[in-house]
Amino acid sequence: MRKYIIKRVIISFFILIFVSFIIYTLMRCLPTSYLEEVARAKSMQPGSKSFEEWMEQLSATYGMDKGIIPGFISWAGRAIRGDFGDSWKWTVPVTEKFKDAVWISFTMGLISFILELLIAIPLGVIAATKQYSKTDYAVTIIALAGISLPTFFFASLLKLLFCVKLGWFDLGGLIGRNYQNLSAAGQFLDKAHHMVLPIITLTVISVGSLMRYTRTNMLEVLNADYIRTARAKGLSESRVIYHHAFRNTLIPIVTIVGGSLPGLFSGALITETLYSIPGIGFVSYQSMTGGDIPFSMFYMVFLAILTLAGNLISDILYAVVDPRVRIS
Amino acid sequence: MSDDMKNIKSNEQPPLRMQNVPQSITRRHAEKITEEAVKDSTASAGDSGDDQQYSLNDDRRVRTLSPGALVAKRFFRNRVAVTGMVILILMFVFSFIGGAITPYGEDQLFYRIEDQSKQYASVVENKEFRYSVAEGADFSSLAQSQFMLAYINGKDTFETGGRTFHSTEVGENFYVIEDADGKVVALAAHDVVSSSDGTSKPPFEIQLKALQAYHSDVKTFEAGGDSYEVLEDGAVLKNGAEIAYVSHYVVQAVMGDVTLSRQFKDELIAEIQAGKEEFNFTDTDGVQHTYTLKFDPARNAWNVMQSTQTRVYDTYGSPSKEHPLGTDRNGMDMITRLMYGGRVSLYIGFIVIIIETSIGVIMGGISGYFGGWVDMLIMRIVDIFYCIPSMPIIIILGATMDAMKVNPQIRMIYLMLILGFLGWPGIARMVRGQILSLREQEFMTATEATGIRVSRRIFKHLIPNVIPQLIVIMTMSLGNTILMEATLSFLGLGVKFPFASWGNIINDVNDTFVLTNYWFIWIPAGVCLLLTVLAFNLVGDGLRDAFDPKMKR
Repeated sequence: MRKYIIKRVIISFFILIFVSFIIYTLMRCLPTSYLEEVARAKSMQPGSKSFEEWMEQLSATYGMDKGIIPGFISWAGRAIRGDFGDSWKWTVPVTEKFKDAVWISFTMGLISFILELLIAIPLGVIAATKQYSKTDYAVTIIALAGISLPTFFFASLLKLLFCVKLGWFDLGGLIGRNYQNLSAAGQFLDKAHHMVLPIITLTVISVGSLMRYTRTNMLEVLNADYIRTARAKGLSESRVIYHHAFRNTLIPIVTIVGGSLPGLFSGALITETLYSIPGIGFVSYQSMTGGDIPFSMFYMVFLAILTLAGNLISDILYAVVDPRVRIS
Repeated sequence: MSDDMKNIKSNEQPPLRMQNVPQSITRRHAEKITEEAVKDSTASAGDSGDDQQYSLNDDRRVRTLSPGALVAKRFFRNRVAVTGMVILILMFVFSFIGGAITPYGEDQLFYRIEDQSKQYASVVENKEFRYSVAEGADFSSLAQSQFMLAYINGKDTFETGGRTFHSTEVGENFYVIEDADGKVVALAAHDVVSSSDGTSKPPFEIQLKALQAYHSDVKTFEAGGDSYEVLEDGAVLKNGAEIAYVSHYVVQAVMGDVTLSRQFKDELIAEIQAGKEEFNFTDTDGVQHTYTLKFDPARNAWNVMQSTQTRVYDTYGSPSKEHPLGTDRNGMDMITRLMYGGRVSLYIGFIVIIIETSIGVIMGGISGYFGGWVDMLIMRIVDIFYCIPSMPIIIILGATMDAMKVNPQIRMIYLMLILGFLGWPGIARMVRGQILSLREQEFMTATEATGIRVSRRIFKHLIPNVIPQLIVIMTMSLGNTILMEATLSFLGLGVKFPFASWGNIINDVNDTFVLTNYWFIWIPAGVCLLLTVLAFNLVGDGLRDAFDPKMKR
């Protein structure tokens, strides 16, 4: 087991290096950059150096004057020690900006993830036990509708209903107008209040796939021989389903849930942007559209790490949870 | 329902024979294994008489169905999937046929005539002194205020800048100002002398003499060798022709190039004095104009408003008979935009899927068939692609294309290529997995034994067996691709104006005013998008069930 994990981590590390190299190359090949803009603005000032000179100086400052491969090596060398450089757009170290933003995203992600689990698993189980009933069809259609719902459309509908027509929430932002005048508890409640709609959006959008996943796996388990045996020996239906079947359904669910835990840190790019919540998603959206290479690089590499970590966790959990699976 | 029961029974039997075959799709290949189904009693009502002739265990009593027909049968029995199919067909008709039928073009602009009340002229009743200064004389605004002060205090001399002035009241609210030498330097009066043709003011001498005559009993005066006459209503005649007039109303046109005729001014002032709010004027060409009069207390003036008809873009027009869903921000017909938007969304979806599938099938096929180091290499590439965060990359590329001002049409092609190139690993993984298990089966050993060449083995015997799964995964990811494209277009990084796409139609909702007031702009596009993606998912789901013989329905 330990050997397997070490092997997987090493493979993941190499994949990560390749992924960051591809991303780095892509970022370096972009024809326009923030640097040019800054250089142009600086060269416009009276008595300033020419554009080329500024460009040269800025490139040297930000390590953009080297070729792609030496540039990548020096970037990776610094990144490994946790130094991702200074964000151009936010003019603070990338990691500092990241620390500010990531907890907002994580809180939102965690709450909606818990809600998702609470809604999706019971509904999925019920749908599977009553296969082809009206409940099943309803759950299937709701789940598929959730998957098919465009985030921006759903968010706009929520905004129209709750912000404009009912006036319960603000249209966007994490804090209200008189946030500074509130007490500590009031500030907490204000933030919580602003997070309600984003969390609803996130939950509705992502609940469908887990619901369907639960249903499919529960159906598979219900068709298994040991369930027939359980029924044959005269167990009550609820014991068959909630004791024998559900426990076995938990195996794939735990795997997928464990695998998606790292994703809670990745932030919801679209949802945060729509509600202007300054989480990691919105911050990096602004960085990416603003041509902020250090921050975008960091964010994409961070996402790649999260994906790799998710895969690793789910593979390990699979072996841990299911005693039938043994990794040699 | 009773038919269903029969079919369930009959369908259950044949798959039993194949139960030991792990992958159900071998069915398609093993055409010799015919699946049997009891004749649908409703479909074959006419044949029921013939059935009597065969013995009970005669093969001819049952009709054999091809695997494809079986799949179709199972699919059409799934009501939810059929609903999805119907929605899809409607969407295709709406986008492709609708776009052809609609009388409007994709980017045809519409206009509406709007009545705009523009200020045409303003009328001020002069209740303050207006000054006219003689040619070459110096009478500054400081002197004017000194005169005002003297006037209020009832004095007739005042000083300014070391010079002494003397004012003489000639008529009511009409003073002539002379300097210490007795030379007339200016006049101050509530009445104003304006020339009849509306151009520049008459010379000072004429103004002075006309006002003097207006305020005295002698109604004639001479100036510069000509004789003038001032009438009771203020008209100043030169040799019998009117050249100027005296009035304490000042009428000014707002536009510099409009000259107001004497007749217009007279009639206007008469209407104002009568306290009317509307003014009709027939000009010399016989065209009648209507003006509305509004008193502006702040300026102590009447505004003469003329309503002109202006042709403007019909932006955010409400739904009407001509435009069932109104018009958008640019004044284009909304429903036509929706149709073309659907076309773009579907085109992009299909092309991206074709790119994805081609790369995925080739890579997955090679990887699965050859195994070994080829498999290892390709799978690592797939792992790498899996890790590349596609949304951020597409956003960055979109922002770059924005900065480079890429032509919207070329941009659309780039978008498809990028989406396709980033989306293939999932398909490659699936194809590889299928081929790995198919490769080990007996029919592959048979192809090898009969000496069929490799390319034929892959494309004739392996790939067709993957097609069911491929169709399912393609249908499902079509929905996802459309969603992705819409999200990008919504963010303004995908399909760009002038092309319509459902995403960039909803983009208008970023404007809170549109969100609040113009539901017809964004809700229909959102509903279309939701229905299409949902329909693709429903159909994909139905197909998966239909292709899977283990499913009991």
